[in-house]
Amino acid sequence: MEHLTWTGALAPLNLFLALASAVLIIAALAQIVAGIVSSSGGRAVYADGTMDANKGVSGFLGMIVGYSFAAVVCIALIYIVLGAAMGTTAGILGAMSQQLVPVWLALVLTFALSVTFKRKLGLYGKLFDSTVGMIGFGLVMFWVYAGLFGGALDWVTTHDTLSQYSGMKNKAPGTPLRGGEDGEYIWFLLGGDNLARDVFSRLFDGAWVVIKIAPFATLFAFMVGITLGLPAGYYGGKLDTFLSFLANLILAFPVILLFYLLVTPEIVLTGIPNYMALVLFVFPLIFLAVLLNSRYYTQPSFRTPLLIIVLGFGAWFYLSLVSTDGAVVATPTYSIPGLPAFLDGFDIDPNLLVVFVSVVFVNAPTVFRIVRGLAMDIKTRDYVAAAQTRGEGPWYIMLWEILPNARGPLIVDFCLRIGYTTILLGTLGFFGLGLSSESPDWGTTINAGRRLLSIYPHAAIAPAVSLLTLVLGLNLLADGLREESLRD
Amino acid sequence: MGLFILRRLGVMLVTALCLTFIVFWLTNLYPNLEKLAKTQGNFRMSDEAVSSYLGNRGYLEPLPVKFGQWLGVVPGWVTELENGTVMGRCFPENASVEERRSFCGVLQGDWGYSTVFREDVGKIVTTRLALTGKLMLWVLVLMVPMALIIGVLAGMREGSKLDRSLSTVSIMSTATPEYVSGVIFIAVFASSAFGLKWFKGSATSAMENATFENFFLPVLTISLYGMGYIARMTRASMTEVMTAQYIRTARLKGVSFGNIVIKHALRNALIAPFTVIMLQIPWLLNGVVIVETLFNYKGFGWVLVQAASNNDIELLLAVSVVSVFVVLLTQLISDIGYVFLNPRIRIS
Repeated sequence: MEHLTWTGALAPLNLFLALASAVLIIAALAQIVAGIVSSSGGRAVYADGTMDANKGVSGFLGMIVGYSFAAVVCIALIYIVLGAAMGTTAGILGAMSQQLVPVWLALVLTFALSVTFKRKLGLYGKLFDSTVGMIGFGLVMFWVYAGLFGGALDWVTTHDTLSQYSGMKNKAPGTPLRGGEDGEYIWFLLGGDNLARDVFSRLFDGAWVVIKIAPFATLFAFMVGITLGLPAGYYGGKLDTFLSFLANLILAFPVILLFYLLVTPEIVLTGIPNYMALVLFVFPLIFLAVLLNSRYYTQPSFRTPLLIIVLGFGAWFYLSLVSTDGAVVATPTYSIPGLPAFLDGFDIDPNLLVVFVSVVFVNAPTVFRIVRGLAMDIKTRDYVAAAQTRGEGPWYIMLWEILPNARGPLIVDFCLRIGYTTILLGTLGFFGLGLSSESPDWGTTINAGRRLLSIYPHAAIAPAVSLLTLVLGLNLLADGLREESLRD
Repeated sequence: MGLFILRRLGVMLVTALCLTFIVFWLTNLYPNLEKLAKTQGNFRMSDEAVSSYLGNRGYLEPLPVKFGQWLGVVPGWVTELENGTVMGRCFPENASVEERRSFCGVLQGDWGYSTVFREDVGKIVTTRLALTGKLMLWVLVLMVPMALIIGVLAGMREGSKLDRSLSTVSIMSTATPEYVSGVIFIAVFASSAFGLKWFKGSATSAMENATFENFFLPVLTISLYGMGYIARMTRASMTEVMTAQYIRTARLKGVSFGNIVIKHALRNALIAPFTVIMLQIPWLLNGVVIVETLFNYKGFGWVLVQAASNNDIELLLAVSVVSVFVVLLTQLISDIGYVFLNPRIRIS
């Protein structure tokens, strides 16, 4: 078996791609320069009363940028489509594209369905009116599907992420396995890392770690921030002063110092993360209870069964989340009993729990401040006064009048914050905190790869670029959402 | 105004006290102390040996007492060993009785002794802070003008092609954390794999002698992540100013576009970014820690990592005091500066 090149049989296309990208870059730069020196095209008025506007230099450059961008996208699509069909004959890119076929199919399906029904889908549908939003959504969904199909279902990955293959240490992308057996994928598509493991498979397993943690950690941080921020903004006064002081206290901590203090094996031993989990994870429960109670307390016959079902399930979920092996907090000296093991739905790895808790802890104060500011702004509106006159309770006003009207900025911030959480997870991995050193997540992989960066950069670059594209996608998505939500 | 500053300083002190107490509590948890004893003494110590080691060095006193000793409001611990030697917090092992001070803490200007570097904490922090100050200075020199130029150019004509492309640039820069851009820069510009050995992948030599070759990559890495956010805030402020009435008046008077931007809009558009830049400085601290680790530049961030991973209590406390004061001071400066820059706001 010989080494795979990057593009294999599709190599002739490279020249066109290089040409198109060169034209695109030059034209884009020229456009920026032309934009500074204002040059709106002149208008000519003719004797017969008609007018003629020429586009001027910037219009011309815009046309070039548009066409060259289209060319680059087309060529990239050719690589993907032909690659998926040709597999390894189209080089590393082709082979990767073939591995990712389920992801491509899922993406095409998502976009086709969403664009078809976009008028019925509210804000989500409006996202498909903005190019930036669509690009962002595409990037995010790519990683969501890649994480799902690669990490959870093993459709994308080619090798086991923890096993080492002899002779593959630090090998360049496209190296064939030495003595590969039947039924085994015979190439390391993105090379081997310093422990002779497959970079490509670890990349997608790492994506699953991020996709698993980041949105949920952000969601929990939002629950905490909303539950505390609404009363702080609505009531003001002493409560607000106290909660704001606490939030500022946490925000004044340098994030990395906080991580170094919280996410160590010694701290896990003391059980502090478990206590923090006990406190932080109860907020979603409080939020749900108050949300439903404030809405339906006038109809007790409906409210009581609803609350029993929701809170019963929520409490079971909460207890399963916080208790491991029948104990909520287990330290060498004492333990607090929790849910018995036969009722415990799932156990969370203590390392994962401490990472999760500290990420929620770091994010919650910022969310608190945003929600507090929004609540202070919205409580002066007429519809809040109307609700107060109607005699609605304060929690009804907060959760059913103020919160829905603050959803625009909150949704945008939610997207941005998932990106920020992803960056925080990477930072934790980069410093080797929390997750075990053989975990495939991107931060840990970058940390492992950076020592040999100047000789074998491929092992660190692959996760770095992946993290960059995911966070970029989330930021673009947030930008698109902001644009579309401001429009109406 | 004076009262405002005084009140802010008071809040600052309370916050700093609370935060240092939290750090103190977390670093003084028993498993952390045990680790400290084992790294300082030897790794195969028995449990009794660990507790006598810790007891002799005053680590097992109640937390408020220890915190008071560190602050310098409670007399330092003194232990007399069985063989007659007297150890104390405030004097070396063989000091004579007259030389023994009873108070030594932050209030006396004594920041303690680092167990990792075996040196005075005050000295370590000042030398390392100077190194990081050099890095930060160049970061600000590179980041602020670039961010302001991008923001102003993007904001002067909202929705134009220029705005679109520059906004994309700033979104990309906010989406690239330091450990990603640093890794990519080192791989592209400093590795043998790409063959462009333009810069050095390590900034260790820049501590004594900073040159463009060994210092540019770390500076660029930190600036890039902070730049996007400042640029976006500048853009927002600029677009708001450009829709103001007085700009329309100036246009109707026939002032050229360039003059409007430079003479009329710019001054008012730069008020908001000033606050953002000041508030961005604490965030740069994160970047500093990552970049100093990545590029092996032994400054303040590197000390933070060393102190935290070895549970060097007094060094860690000094580091957190410094970083908390940086955060709170920049907040104070941004509030005061905002008042001076914007004559419409008065603090009563």
